[in-house]
Amino acid sequence: MSEKNNNKEIDKITGQETTGHEWDGLKELNTPAPRWWIWVFIVTVIWSVGYWIVYPSWPTLTGSGYRGGTVGILDWTQYKKLRDNQKEILDIRENYKEFFKATSFDEILKDKKSYTYAVAGGKAAFRDNCATCHGSGAAGAKGYPNLNDDDWLWGGNVEQIYSSIKYGIRSGHDEGKYSEMPEFAEVLNDEQINELAEYILSLNENNNQSSENTLFADNCAACHGNNGEGIQELGAPNLRDNIWFYSSGDKSSIISQIKKPKHGIMPAWEDRLDDPTIRMLALYIHSLSASQ
Amino acid sequence: MQESLEKNPLRLFSEQKIIFPKRVWGKFRKIKWIIMTCTLFVYYFAPWIRWDRGPQIPNQAILIDMPNRRAYFFFIEIWPQEIYFLTGILIFLAVALFLSTSLVGRAWCGYACPQTVWTDLFVWVERIFQGDRNSRMKLSNAPISFNKIWRKLSTHIAWIVIAILTGGAWVFYFNDAPTLLEQIINFDVPWSVLSWIVVLTFSTYLMAGFAREQVCTYMCPYARFQSAMFDRDTLIISYDEFRGEPRGKHKAGDSWENKGHCINCTECIQVCPMGIDIRQGLQMECIACGLCIDACNKIMKKINLPAGLIRYDTEKNKGRRFRNEKEKKSLLRGRTYSYLSILLILSAAILYMLLNRSILELNVLHDRNPLFVKLSNGQIRNSYDIKILNKSFKSKKYSLSIEGLKNLKIKIQGIESLSSNNLPVVANSVGHYRIFLIADKNKEVRKKVIFNIRELDDEISDTVENIFISGKY
Repeated sequence: MSEKNNNKEIDKITGQETTGHEWDGLKELNTPAPRWWIWVFIVTVIWSVGYWIVYPSWPTLTGSGYRGGTVGILDWTQYKKLRDNQKEILDIRENYKEFFKATSFDEILKDKKSYTYAVAGGKAAFRDNCATCHGSGAAGAKGYPNLNDDDWLWGGNVEQIYSSIKYGIRSGHDEGKYSEMPEFAEVLNDEQINELAEYILSLNENNNQSSENTLFADNCAACHGNNGEGIQELGAPNLRDNIWFYSSGDKSSIISQIKKPKHGIMPAWEDRLDDPTIRMLALYIHSLSASQ
Repeated sequence: MQESLEKNPLRLFSEQKIIFPKRVWGKFRKIKWIIMTCTLFVYYFAPWIRWDRGPQIPNQAILIDMPNRRAYFFFIEIWPQEIYFLTGILIFLAVALFLSTSLVGRAWCGYACPQTVWTDLFVWVERIFQGDRNSRMKLSNAPISFNKIWRKLSTHIAWIVIAILTGGAWVFYFNDAPTLLEQIINFDVPWSVLSWIVVLTFSTYLMAGFAREQVCTYMCPYARFQSAMFDRDTLIISYDEFRGEPRGKHKAGDSWENKGHCINCTECIQVCPMGIDIRQGLQMECIACGLCIDACNKIMKKINLPAGLIRYDTEKNKGRRFRNEKEKKSLLRGRTYSYLSILLILSAAILYMLLNRSILELNVLHDRNPLFVKLSNGQIRNSYDIKILNKSFKSKKYSLSIEGLKNLKIKIQGIESLSSNNLPVVANSVGHYRIFLIADKNKEVRKKVIFNIRELDDEISDTVENIFISGKY
């Protein structure tokens, strides 16, 4: 198959040099690769040496450099880069915080850019601080109010929400909101309480009808209003709407709430969060309820 | 064997043989000059064409606006979610390349490929400073002298200038050209732009100045798989060995009896930019530039023989000529018809999509948490994020309407002046709104609702289906 020529093995058919390697009578042709491939390889090696010099690369036993490795003349690490990037974000955040400190809610509500920022920032703060009780979508749970609906115990405008967050409810804070419904099991007998529960249910069913009930007028109207519509200044819930808080809207749970009411506590956030964050939270929660 | 290898070790790597293509003039060289001028002209001047799209919108005809995620091509504008247009165009170009290859061989490689165009340009510069093939070879082998230094130096300086202009022109496709030129003149170029100029300058200098035919032979994948598009009816540059062989020297006046028409002048080898001998038949290195045809025809004319010893021909036709049958080139055949039909279908589809491209699109995303909210009057509220894509070049106002809900009230979160029939969206951008639908409780837990967005001035609208959730499943 091949002939020797100047110490070269030449394949007869192709006229090409072979490598001399033979498998089952087949010989491998020698098709040389271009020399510059080697040069490219060498350049990549040199390039990698550049990396060693410029970037952190080799681990060292003594640990004098960054986390026990060479530092590189650029003194660059991913952590530093991350820190720089975060600093940019933090600076933007600081600017907004200064802005929120000095700007009224009304003005923020009119300015689309800062309002959007406040709602987004409030959402993040809500998930960190409030979601444990109110749920990540602010839909609440039994005993923890749903912040999405249009029924507010202590008022649903931004200022009212702001003060509820800042000072809390039954929080022990001097400015905190406070109300406590008495335990009527000690004041009224079971029959009277049963009558009251039925009256409250009837209020709820006939939204427009306001019948008189002496028991209700004597014991409840002072806080819940003459027609059971609730008084936000006192934190007394509206008994005529479809939203129930501690009870589930059935008679037995209403009776137990009259006999021995439950009271939740909303902590005061004044000392835990800075004022701009509380303002953002108030704007976020206000945005959920779709009430202007 | 072992002994001989020790004496004369195998060379597994070979040095690049530097090619000094000789100057040639003829039909194909003329075509090459024309195509080179046209392609370079388009490359350098296309970004400077203006195209008025209205205020606040770039007025550059061809612009890829990376920071704003938009691509403009004359009357066409592409958003990132319409990247399939680009895919379609790329597939179209690939099939067009297949078609041209099956018809006329590697015409793209020989005439229009940037590697060929810039190499040609660099060889032309080389010839200006160092003369034609022979003097270039001589200069290359000559010892260092003032003559050699200034000639080589000027060549390289000219190459680098061209390379800088090449890299410099590229960045204009990605930035507003006049603004960027001003920045370049004031040495106030963004870091990203500068690095592109540097990289492309270096690669142009390297590829067109040094790598040249190595790119086609060793780097380009297209060169390798083109044989898949070749068949015996493809026009290839072929040497007519029936007429040419046996080759040999020929004195003027001698008889051509028992002699081939090839006089072994090696002109075809000397002009070849790939440094191959076309007389060995079709080779993978051949880029089908046709310069050997020009060179051979010139010689044939000189020795009073018919032109076309080297010519564009098909394998089948060559056989017919050999058998003295009637010559026939069947360029249109099954393969080309199939490529053509793919091209037609593809271009019709792209054109249809472009002409029917909506300049208004609505996306609706239902809130996940909470899925619904019960209100104090017993009604149900659902919240949605809606995005209005205004792909027109004017700021517009839209009106949103909902079908399928009873006692419906639509509220827009945030800015008080907004209502559902007045949603402004800035030109060429996405308007993002959060909306609340308040309606009576439905019997169905999941009720289909239709979101309809309509532009107030023109009669353009878009409709999207979503759901309204009334309770727990």
